[in-house]
Parts: sequence; structure tokens; C-alpha cells
Amino acid sequence: MITHNAAVHIRDLRKTFDGKEYILNGLNLDIPKGKITCIIGFSGTGKSVLLKHILGLIRPTSGRLEVLGHDLWKMSLDELIKMRTRLGVLFQNAALFDDMTVMENVEFPLREHRKDMRPSQWAEIAARKLESVGLESKHFNKLPAELSGGMRKRVGLARALALDPEILLYDEPTTGLDPILTEVVDDLIASTHKNHAGSTSIVVSHDLFAAFRISDYIVMLNKGSVLLAGTPDVFHTSDNELIQKFLSKGLKQG
Amino acid sequence: MIEVWTRNRERVNEAIDGFFIRIGQNIYELFCDAGRGCIFFAESVRLAFKPPYRFEEIVRHMEFIGNKSVLIIAMTSVFTGLALSFQIYLGFNLVNATNLVGPTVGMGITRELGPVLTGLLVAARAGGAMAARLGTMRVSEQIDALEVMGVDPKQYLVAPRIIAAVVVVPLLCAIFDFIAMMGSHFLCINVLKLDQAVFWDKISLWLNPGDIYQGLIKAAVFGVTFAAVCTNRGFMASGGAKGVGEATNQGVVNSMVLIIILNFFMTNFIRFYYVAMGWK
Repeated sequence: MITHNAAVHIRDLRKTFDGKEYILNGLNLDIPKGKITCIIGFSGTGKSVLLKHILGLIRPTSGRLEVLGHDLWKMSLDELIKMRTRLGVLFQNAALFDDMTVMENVEFPLREHRKDMRPSQWAEIAARKLESVGLESKHFNKLPAELSGGMRKRVGLARALALDPEILLYDEPTTGLDPILTEVVDDLIASTHKNHAGSTSIVVSHDLFAAFRISDYIVMLNKGSVLLAGTPDVFHTSDNELIQKFLSKGLKQG
Repeated sequence: MIEVWTRNRERVNEAIDGFFIRIGQNIYELFCDAGRGCIFFAESVRLAFKPPYRFEEIVRHMEFIGNKSVLIIAMTSVFTGLALSFQIYLGFNLVNATNLVGPTVGMGITRELGPVLTGLLVAARAGGAMAARLGTMRVSEQIDALEVMGVDPKQYLVAPRIIAAVVVVPLLCAIFDFIAMMGSHFLCINVLKLDQAVFWDKISLWLNPGDIYQGLIKAAVFGVTFAAVCTNRGFMASGGAKGVGEATNQGVVNSMVLIIILNFFMTNFIRFYYVAMGWK
């Protein structure tokens, strides 16, 4: 049964790599459509593994996972490929193709999936996406190696936005960035979400301060399952000792 | 001694068990690895014949594997031709059979040295680069990025490289054969003062097109071998820069060993086939 307005619907999801230790252990979760959801938790609680499940990069050991109403592992390869065009991802280190220029990187998904368009249209869309994430045109023909960390994130985000995805996923978007750049990236996530009406944003992050600043919905994982899910207010009013400990340390650092 | 043996019997038994278990595990892993490699290869080849066809990528890799290897192939082949001719001349001179230097060098080059040395050189140069490139893409999440963009990474990254290697390595082998024979000609005619007419007459008498085809077929198989092994190693790399280094090293070493082993079996197989067909 899919919860109304759930972009991602997960029931009793389990994952083990060695057959002994479960990284995800009976995880139940509904990620609401059209909102910014932040997945937080201590290191090793399965946040990135969950993200890879949502992307269909990892097959669950057991349980059910539906993205936009579709079970990714019941799809044919062609259907899965089509489904993935509805998802956009900003990887931790942007994962830009280092032998392509900024423009070529952003054009790449269009070249692959919008063969009905002319090359000039690809370029036009790519330029528009790059401008929407605040990258100046003088950087368009540079290689990723010539860009700063923040610029690479912007290009990665523009590439993720190229096909106007329904779900945007961010894997630790602010890890390794200085506090000022962290705030810039957080604002970028919020503004991107605002500019893409109806899209769902899922942010996996350690940054509690950002999670409370930009999220509509927060999910805290612990030992492979959901400890608490709800609005930021629910977290503030929770009397769970672990949550309060996590919040007090995290917000102090933030 | 017996007392010591009795006292430590359990420990010795454990050590012996452990030794055999480790051997068994290594053999098991070797077969698993080979099986995974075969599935990876079969999957990549299947995807090569499935749209979208990546002609642009194939041409790009052909240029990388082929064009950029010509110089080292030329350098290696000329000196191989010179050295082989000289050694064979020294041997045949003892039995006064120097007029057979040309065809012997020709057969050695076209059947064996041409394809094997071409395969080894290209495996070291292009294969190493393939493993390193794909390994870097794996550890920097570029392969994951391709996958989540709805692009099959095996079809985009592996299949074009394998096709390019199959097409280009026989061409490089032909270049190797030609330049090595030119080197042989230069040494035999200009330095060793053998008769030019006899040199080429004996070559045309003893060297058959089948010898050249044999080398080209081998080269194509070696091309597939190193491309499949090196892309597989790179594709499966993990563990950052160290993992990429290990993947590159394993890719090149495994390809080279496989090329040498395959060469022996292919020589016998092709010989058997030619005899069965009554060609020679």
C-alpha cells in the first residue's frame, strides 16, 4: 500500500553484504512528494546505502522499495533506464566526467535521452541550467579540474537538473566545504527546490544545522532503521535521549 | 620428537588444515573471478550490438589504441626483425642454409612474434590506460553517475573499447609484420650481403597467406583479451588511488600472461584446423 503523496515508499527493507551484519535492518519509510527531506544519522547507520537503494544501484536483500510508485527491481533494464531519467543526483564530489568540459557534462544526459533535440537546443538548455545554479558563462568551457569545489558542485547540480527530474537526491552535498560555501550550497538546494515546483529533494547529510534550516521533513536513521521521522519541530520536542544527544552535539558544531 | 608432536598435534593439524583451506579458497576465488570476468565480457559484447550504437566512442578508442601505438610498434618491430634475422643467420650459416633466413624470419614474425609482441605492447600501453581510466571513474563515482543518468556503463565504457581493440590490434599486427620484414630485409641484404632475389623468392615460396591470417586472427583474440581483462579490472576497482593502482597492475599482468598462454593453444588449434582443412 503506497502512502498518498509518497515519492519513495519503503517497507521492511533489509540489506546485508556479508550475510551476517545488516546495514539496513527492517527500515520503513515514506518520503513525501514535493518536499525537502533530509536523512540524518550517525556514521555507519546506512544513509548512503539507503540512497543507493533509492537510486537502484544496490539490490535489497529483502523488503519492498518503490520510487514514484515503481518497484525498481521488478522493472526491465529499459524501464529502469527510463525511470532513472526521472531522478537526478548530486554526488558527494560531484562525479563530473573529467574528460568533458562543464558544458559537455551538463549536455551529456540530454545527448543520451533527448535525441529528438538539436545540438543547439542541448547547449541552450545546458547554459540555462548552469546559469540557474549561478555559474558564470566564462567557466562553461573549462574542464572540471580547473574548477573550485563549490563550482564543481554547481556543475554537478546543473547536470542533475538537466532532464528536469521529479526527485533530486543530494549525497552529502556540503562535506568538505568551508562554512561559507556550505551555506551557499544549502541556499542553492533550497532555491533549486523552490524553482522546480513539485519536485522532491532528498538530502543525505551530516550537517544538522543545514538539515533544520532547509528541510520540511527529517528522517533520523539509527542501526539501519528509522529512529524518528517528522518535521523539524517533532525533533525539537522529542524526548528520545539519542536524538537529543545527536541534536545537541550536531547543532553545537553547526 | 614424538612427545613434541603429541603435545602440539592439535596445533599442527590446524596449521595443515589452514594451509589446505587457504589453497582451496584461492582456487575457488580464482574460478569465481574467471566466471565473473566471463559474464562481464559476455554482457559487454551483448550490449555492443544493442542500440544506441556508440560509433563515435568506438572511433575515439580506435584512435587511442591504434594511432597512438604505431610509433612503439614500429620501433619494436624493426629491432625485432633485425635481431631475429641476425640470430637465424648465425644458426643457418653453420649448415650453409642462409637462403632460408628470409622465410624462417617471415614465419616466425607473422605466426608468432608479430601477434604476441603486438598484443603485449598494446596491452601494456592501452590496456594499462583503460584499467586506470575506468578505475579512476569507479572510485570517483563517475560510473555510478553514468548509471543513475540512465546510461549503461558497460555499453558506454566497455563495449566500445573491446570493439576498438578487436579492429585495431590486427592492423597494428600487420604493421608490425611489415616493418619487421623490412628490418630483416635491410640486415640480410645491406649488412649480411645475402642475395635479394633469393631472399624474396624463398619468402614467396615458403610463406603462405595462411601464416599471415593466423597472426592476424591471434592479434584480434589478444585484442579482445586485454581489452576485456583490463576494462574488467578497472570497472571493479575499489579503495581509492591504491585500488586503481592495483587494478591497473592486475589488468596488465593478467592480460600479458593470458596472451602468452592463449598463444600456445591458438597455435595448436589453428595448426590443427589448417591440417584438417587440407591447407598445409
